[in-house]
Amino acid sequence: MPETTRFLDYAPAPESTAILSLRESYGLFIDGQFSEGHGESFATISPATEKKIAQIATADASDVDRAVAAARRAYTSTWSKLSGADRGKYLFRIARLVQERARELAVAESLDNGKPIKESRDVDLPLVAAWFFYYAGWADKLDYAGFGPNPRSLGVAAQVIPWNFPLLMLAWKIAPALATGNTVVIKPAETTPLTALIFAEILQQADLPAGVVNIITGAGDTGSLLVNHPDVNKVAFTGSTAVGRAIARSTAGSGKKLTLELGGKAANIVFDDAPMDQAIEGIVNGIFFNQGHVCCAGSRLLVQENVKDEVVDRLKARLSTLRLGDPLDKNTDIGAINSRAQRERIRQLSDIGEQEGAERWTADCKIPKNGFWFAPTIFTNVSTSHRIAREEVFGPVLSVLSFRTPAEAISKANNTPYGLSAGVWSSNGSRVLGVADKLRAGVVWINTFNQFDPASPFGGYKESGYGREGGRHGLAAYLTSASLESSGEGPSSATPITGASK
Amino acid sequence: MTRLPVVKTYKLYIGGKFPRSESGRVYPIATSKGVFLANAAKASRKDARDAVVAARTASSGWAGATGYNRGQILYRIAELLEGRRAQFVEELRLSEGSSESAAQKQVDAAIDVWVWYAGWADKYVQVAGNGNPVSGPYFNISTPEATGVVAIIAPQESSLLGLVSVIAPALVSGNTVIVVASERAPLAAISLSEVLVTSDVPGGVINVLTGSPAEIAPWLASHADVNALDLTGAAALAGDVTWVDLQIAGAETLKRVRPPESGVPVMSVERITFFTETKTVWHTKGIV
Amino acid sequence: MTTEQAISLAPGERATQLIGSDLTEKSLRLHLEGLPGVDAVGLEARAAALGTRSIKTTSKAWALDKIIELIDLTTLEGSDTPGKVRSLVAKAMIPDPSDLSTPRVAAVCVYGDMVPHAVEALGTAGGESGIHVAAVATAFPSGRASLPVKIADTKDAVSFGADEIDMVIDRGAFLSGRYGLVFDQIVAVKEACRREDGSYAHLKVILETGELTTYDNVRRASWLAILAGGDFIKTSTGKVAPAATLPVTLLMLQVVNDWFHLTGGASGGQRIGVKPAGGIRTSKDAIKYLVTVAETVGEEWLQPDLFRFGASSLLNDVLLQRQKIHSGHYSGPDYVTVD
Repeated sequence: MPETTRFLDYAPAPESTAILSLRESYGLFIDGQFSEGHGESFATISPATEKKIAQIATADASDVDRAVAAARRAYTSTWSKLSGADRGKYLFRIARLVQERARELAVAESLDNGKPIKESRDVDLPLVAAWFFYYAGWADKLDYAGFGPNPRSLGVAAQVIPWNFPLLMLAWKIAPALATGNTVVIKPAETTPLTALIFAEILQQADLPAGVVNIITGAGDTGSLLVNHPDVNKVAFTGSTAVGRAIARSTAGSGKKLTLELGGKAANIVFDDAPMDQAIEGIVNGIFFNQGHVCCAGSRLLVQENVKDEVVDRLKARLSTLRLGDPLDKNTDIGAINSRAQRERIRQLSDIGEQEGAERWTADCKIPKNGFWFAPTIFTNVSTSHRIAREEVFGPVLSVLSFRTPAEAISKANNTPYGLSAGVWSSNGSRVLGVADKLRAGVVWINTFNQFDPASPFGGYKESGYGREGGRHGLAAYLTSASLESSGEGPSSATPITGASK
Repeated sequence: MTRLPVVKTYKLYIGGKFPRSESGRVYPIATSKGVFLANAAKASRKDARDAVVAARTASSGWAGATGYNRGQILYRIAELLEGRRAQFVEELRLSEGSSESAAQKQVDAAIDVWVWYAGWADKYVQVAGNGNPVSGPYFNISTPEATGVVAIIAPQESSLLGLVSVIAPALVSGNTVIVVASERAPLAAISLSEVLVTSDVPGGVINVLTGSPAEIAPWLASHADVNALDLTGAAALAGDVTWVDLQIAGAETLKRVRPPESGVPVMSVERITFFTETKTVWHTKGIV
Repeated sequence: MTTEQAISLAPGERATQLIGSDLTEKSLRLHLEGLPGVDAVGLEARAAALGTRSIKTTSKAWALDKIIELIDLTTLEGSDTPGKVRSLVAKAMIPDPSDLSTPRVAAVCVYGDMVPHAVEALGTAGGESGIHVAAVATAFPSGRASLPVKIADTKDAVSFGADEIDMVIDRGAFLSGRYGLVFDQIVAVKEACRREDGSYAHLKVILETGELTTYDNVRRASWLAILAGGDFIKTSTGKVAPAATLPVTLLMLQVVNDWFHLTGGASGGQRIGVKPAGGIRTSKDAIKYLVTVAETVGEEWLQPDLFRFGASSLLNDVLLQRQKIHSGHYSGPDYVTVD
């Protein structure tokens, strides 16, 4: 190695794409096969190079009808008649096939999404397989799940997922839906359809009965047609709070069960007695993992004022060893921003942060010529009234605020319409649990961050949405509410009433 | 000569007190046969607003009480109801036109509903929450907690049993509530409030509004400081507003909305957990 | 509650500069107990993440050579003989007879009474080899002997010609909270490293992290060893399991990094060395340590004065890897020498 090259400039360690066997164009996966879409097709590109990967179909209204009809047929004639044990077996097959093709799927995910191969290989794919394994085992044990005796499936589930963890979000949606006996029509995000389409091939390899899972690609219009389709019993959406709100409005009165997993502006609270080196790792992981494209990202650092300077200095030093670049290089820590549009949003909000008076610091990263990139950025001297303290950036941008007392930390952490997650760092056991008790957030991480597990329920308070995914709780969204019979007076009915707005 | 009775004024119950409507309005309540019974306060949007403030103020104390404590308070309400059986039976006979035995049955059932739900306060967490066996060195628990402030449109026909069947489950987990009573037959709701104020339940935990659900429900549905909306009794609202409109209004702040049911809601744990949020806590586990 | 004796400690320059001239058992203890705690799960996760770096092609070739240059080739057996030591030195000087471009190791590490044989073997090999002689001392490995015995052990090794002394701390004293005692012993041993000409043998302080058990203890012991004047902090004797681990080494590197910045950083900060010893047998593992050093305290530390591997079988595994790179095919045990 020449004298002037540093060891830290690690030689390229590329993950080869030779493992992929992609098609030039993909159709819609309906009723067990690929077929043409009738909307205008579009290209999916690599956000790291802007090169086209494949041509993707768009499902129009007629395609959505077809898909829902296929799901309905499959529900009525096949899936609802299978025993839980058999449903479980299909899910176990799918889990195994995902494991077998994990490397291929990880490469495809990094290519299409822009996230580092290290993450798709070590985080996304293992969780995908685990999610299918976990729910496979529930399929024949629903009587024990705590929802009363003989809970029943709902029918056809319409599912719309985001671009930040494409295959993982697909697993979060499909696994519990199938385990509980529902059939599915799912729409991947328009910038990240690739792994869902390869997954369709896996479903064929698993010999899943036709129509049980239908995968239709397209943009916002397709998603809207899907969730508003009259023959759908259940809607599950993960994405922005704005769209979640719109879906809550449009499905009002329809009798459809709805769960939403929306945005967040999580507080990562660091006390002066935090295990300092691990807290720094936790902060970095909290906001820079997956380029900050995480609904539960620790985007607000609430640091106790007496250690604020030390924490900020250590953070900046730590960021100097983060590598930004080719997602398919195994040493890359920060990959590409998923789309030009998303990068613009991040840029805009960051500019606003400066204008509002916060102090901006950016890690010194070499930005590649092509592709969409944003270097990790830290804002200090952020006040609670700044927009960058309130609005979700969904990028590698950290806002640093301070507090003096635990009560102030809790108050600032809770002072948001969001309520998805939070982190707490301290060596004092009573304090961490006491603080966790008071945080209005669906997931609280203590002395750690961004931990996910199929056994652990995930979801938000307030405007971060409702319903939980993962764990025993994750079954609830896909089952009828069971009720005890009252011994009291009067007619009783648990049948939901549907209606229309005047 | 028969004794002249002292006629009661029926007011709202907000923050542990009995105010008239700030609008000064009342509306007449009649027996099932159309005979004038009393004027009931006609709540305005400002009364609804005040009720939300009262409910929010009481929220941290009620949610912060132990389950045992809440259970004891809810049980005491059942005790007091039992003591007042005759009054409630009389009111049901008048306002709903029930027979003596039907009214007795309804009162009995209402008391039993309170007792049933009271017993859940220190237990429902064990049924709805659990430890999660994650694959890593973490202690992981999911536990439900109260969602906060719940606005409820009570069943409009069953003025006592229906009423308690929607209030009690919301309170079990620590929610504070604003209940819009049966428009036609609100007396049981006000009498219930008299029971509440003599029980140990803190002011603001339960707030009762009488009047037109169609008028005040929209203000509750759109109120950003209300966490959940129970539209059990909202199937047939008078006027232009439907329960679907209320659900749409609730969507603005992502309220948890429970759609209408016909008849009297059955007792269920699900009615308790519907108004809770599940919090999942991860804690690292290491001995070195 | 008993009041703590304000026992004065031996003068350690670093310690007095940090804690003040009122350097007592109590003030030392207050400082050590005030250090931030360590979350084991987080520390181990960070170490594991550093272990996923993919070091290939030119980076790997560089790393393999660097590892050799950082090895303290070691024999510490009761059955060591002059012949064994001579054989070790020969290997240190020519690790791979089939490839004379192979770098030399940093040092040989032997028991104090074997130092003369090592010095002689290095001398007769001709010329300045640059390979140091490190001697374990202070009743290695247990450290259970009186201070005069430990000092005599040290002085002997220094007088025999050892360039470096690897001492052990008194773990019993540390675990029972007598930090001042541990401190004073290190200061005394450092003084015993003084040669007649006024120069000092290099002092490595072995913490025996396997016996300290908790990461909090390792952090405190690391600080204590630095404050008392150690030039290097070393994980283990290699005689107790677990010996060196990546998380423990990461933690020690974090302490060294903190000390460097505390004492001025790029403008005059003091650099302390780190030596993981025992249990590092494969190149793959050793490369993880190089990555950990570079990404924690900077690659400036990847030099013999600031980082060593205490190892014996590691060298051959690195040589096999090296041979594969040069030949293009996998090698075998017959192509590397036993020592």
